[in-house]
Amino acid sequence: MTKRFDVIGKPRRRVDGRAKVTGLTRFADDVMLPRMLHCKLLRSAHPHATIESIDVSRAQARPGVHLVLTGKDFPVTFGILPVTQDEYPLAPERVRYVGEPVAAIIARDEQTAFEALDLIDVQYRPLKTISDPKEALATPEPRIHSYGEQGNIHRLQALEFGDVNEALARADHVFEDLFFYEGNTHLPIEQHASVAAVDGEGKLTLWSSTQVPHYIHRALANALQIPPAHVRVIACPNGGGFGGKCDLHNHEIVVSKAAILLGRPVKICLTREEVFYMHRGRHPVLMRMRTGVTKDGKITGMHTQTLLDGGAYGGYGAASTFYTGVLQTVTYEIPRYKFDACRTFTNKPPCGPKRGHGTPQPRFGQEVQLDRIAEKLEIDPAELRLSIVAKPNTLTANWLKIGTIGLAECIRKVVASSDWKNKFRKLPEGRGVGLACGAYLCGAGLPIYWNKMPQSGVQLLIDRSGQVTVFCGATEIGQGSDDVLAAIVAEVLGIDAYDVRCVTGDTGLTPVDLGSYSSRVTVMMGNAAIQAAERLRELIARAAAEHMETLPENVGFAQGRVFRADDPGKPMSFREAIVLAEEKFGTLGSVGSYSPPRAPGRYKGAGVGPSPAYSYTACVVEAEVDRNTGWITVPKVWIAHDIGRAVNPVSARGQVEGSVYMGLGEALMEEQVFRRLPPKLSNALVHKIPSLLEYKSLTSLDMPEVFTELVEDPDPNCPFGAKEVGQGPLLPVMPAVANAVYDAIGVRIDELPITPDKVLAALEKKAKGETPRVGPESFPDVPYPEPMLVPPPWEGGDGNSVNTPRRRPVKKEALA
Amino acid sequence: MKTAAPTNVHLVLRVNGEEQQVSFAPYKTLLEVLREDMNLTGTKHGCELGECGACAVLVEGVPVLSCLALALDCEGRAIETVEGLASGGKLHPLQAAFADLGGAQCGYCTPGILMTAKALLEREPNPSRERIKEAISGNLCRCTGYQQIYESIEEAARTIQQGSKR
Repeated sequence: MTKRFDVIGKPRRRVDGRAKVTGLTRFADDVMLPRMLHCKLLRSAHPHATIESIDVSRAQARPGVHLVLTGKDFPVTFGILPVTQDEYPLAPERVRYVGEPVAAIIARDEQTAFEALDLIDVQYRPLKTISDPKEALATPEPRIHSYGEQGNIHRLQALEFGDVNEALARADHVFEDLFFYEGNTHLPIEQHASVAAVDGEGKLTLWSSTQVPHYIHRALANALQIPPAHVRVIACPNGGGFGGKCDLHNHEIVVSKAAILLGRPVKICLTREEVFYMHRGRHPVLMRMRTGVTKDGKITGMHTQTLLDGGAYGGYGAASTFYTGVLQTVTYEIPRYKFDACRTFTNKPPCGPKRGHGTPQPRFGQEVQLDRIAEKLEIDPAELRLSIVAKPNTLTANWLKIGTIGLAECIRKVVASSDWKNKFRKLPEGRGVGLACGAYLCGAGLPIYWNKMPQSGVQLLIDRSGQVTVFCGATEIGQGSDDVLAAIVAEVLGIDAYDVRCVTGDTGLTPVDLGSYSSRVTVMMGNAAIQAAERLRELIARAAAEHMETLPENVGFAQGRVFRADDPGKPMSFREAIVLAEEKFGTLGSVGSYSPPRAPGRYKGAGVGPSPAYSYTACVVEAEVDRNTGWITVPKVWIAHDIGRAVNPVSARGQVEGSVYMGLGEALMEEQVFRRLPPKLSNALVHKIPSLLEYKSLTSLDMPEVFTELVEDPDPNCPFGAKEVGQGPLLPVMPAVANAVYDAIGVRIDELPITPDKVLAALEKKAKGETPRVGPESFPDVPYPEPMLVPPPWEGGDGNSVNTPRRRPVKKEALA
Repeated sequence: MKTAAPTNVHLVLRVNGEEQQVSFAPYKTLLEVLREDMNLTGTKHGCELGECGACAVLVEGVPVLSCLALALDCEGRAIETVEGLASGGKLHPLQAAFADLGGAQCGYCTPGILMTAKALLEREPNPSRERIKEAISGNLCRCTGYQQIYESIEEAARTIQQGSKR
């Protein structure tokens, strides 16, 4: 591609930049409406209990209280995935985690609502609680849910692509390692807020901090049993999302119902503690990885087993379960692959998607194991990876289609910039460097509910004033999606990005886009925007061509001008061209839409993992470890990301550095952990640290310098070649930290976060001559089913499975 | 049970150079009064416990966590919020730099950081990177990884200094 761009690739102020620095961006809690009432939720203090009775009479009698809602007001279950409709907006008869909403007060102000919560009397009968997956496996009764695989197992998956045991048997070395990745949470600085109101036509509008207005629209209409055409969901710009605003949340349904019943606007804004308890964040995952390699470091086969702590509800968990395995294959050449996964229910806040959705956990294991493999084989870890990087335009063992892959270039860049060759195994004791890589989706190939419609739609309106308005359901969560949309439309029409008005994330006005998740927006919305803009440009070109007495193909658009490409000296303004087009064709508008290419896999489960493209990242972390305190300091991080093409390099760099920041938090300190209160205090599983002060995250004083490089290898499936950048760069950070700690002090911490106590424990083991490692010691007996056998492409497969495995029953005794 | 709402206080608050009569319940924080009673929603909140810095405003030129300050205590004192940063349509150099250089991603922590940075630059027109890190260490940002925030503040410092030389 030799075309030069006027907008794409230029560092610019993002189109919504001014609003964000003037305080004019209207987040959900900034929506204030006349006659607005305020809602507070009463949440369960029990992790697992039946509700014997709820008496709301005292609360109802309180002056200023307008409405009290309980479970009986919400007969219909909901859930973000069609397969897991397992939640009630307010629990009617059973609670499954501390923090689950059981009643709602709607009052004249927040304070009144808050005080009235104390006047609701709920009688609970506690049930046995399950705190982690091992306990869930060992305790089939009582079941937290009556659905699922069996006992307290929500999901089981087993897929095998080629005979992995045979592949391991002929390997020169087989590595088997256990890893544990603790859960952590999104912690957007904006607490979730929602405002619901009924408009003059009697229809419901919900303003909400959500990343997925379309999914909320569908699920909300169903939960309230009202026609979707009478529901409008407006996704306010999110004050950070990171996956935490992807579910339909209880409070969104509750305020909607209350607004309908009262005929007045109703607002809720969660407290920070409530946000911690609502969670939906990173699953804690225990992993076992077996990898066979030849003596020169080629992988012969890999077997990944995962055990997920799902928390109390399904949520996105069915998808998360798949994601703990399916993307292991897109980074390196892995000729055979087996993947077993199990998600259990526990009496804790539900887990769900957080940046990287299910893939950071196995990525951590894979990249740390590769570090071990490299050491054993006496190959430099960077060289080892370079020798096994997946090839472009190939299929993986599990039938994912890789297009462009800039990973080798990423590795070379970080090796050079970090001075890797002079540092690895050469820094003084206590200092070290670690390298790791990662790969991520540029949009999930399939929507969360089955349909054949486009995954993103864009509409353009343009009029004689020269005003271009672009409508799209995509949601601005801070990542810059409005800027990408404006930039793409502007590039195609040859105008300035700031001359495009974006109307986004409003199901009452904008065409469907599935939302800001799975790093799908740039690719899917971008392709739809190109189509819409090109269709409009075609109309303008035809009108202008007539006037210029040339052919439409000879009409150029750039910098606000329309001109003959063969004689650019006599341009007309973009606005003049619009007038010609409006004269010729009438009112001007166009639409564009995008559906990803069909994925080649045909087996059941092949729907999770495909993407129009994959992004790649390599990262080197330098670490200094204090042997006395176990404290880890990271002075610098070097990272290179294969972005295809950067639409706005300022935003792209910000996404990479924000990923490094969040990755370091996950590696070193962030954890969503629970403790059991003593039996006399209810035995409840409560969050250890539900506050921003105690849930440790990096401050400006902890954040190291980051050296960011973007590798631009445009991908033909992507708009102007642009891949994702919001999630992929997170993935290599955690294993790179672990590998750097090993280089620094020679101990393996196979468990995240790598906190000082674990470092000291490992150093103590080392001093005693024991294996200098801290991490999981065993993997429980999980009743993984017989695998579905799918031959990889190079073993004569057609993408279908060759067996129909029996999934059930596994005998109950097996669980004991 | 006693349920009478507490009697509102009536007083004058001086926000961004303008005096305004306000009436509010005496227990309300400055954050709540700014947002709910004065419609100045540019100031944000992330915890209401003084932990995140999103609600920082300037009181007599000093960064204050408005979620921990009683509005009652701010009577007669000069309060500055993000709404008062720009002069007319012209952005403050900090605002321009944050918008241009990626200092704001989701923009939610941005007002608090802008106000904190303004106080810093008024105290120290040419702060080192270390001083910038210290100054904003009470403001959590989950999006940027802070680097583009440092660069924005440094750029604004340069712009302000060049402006004052002219």
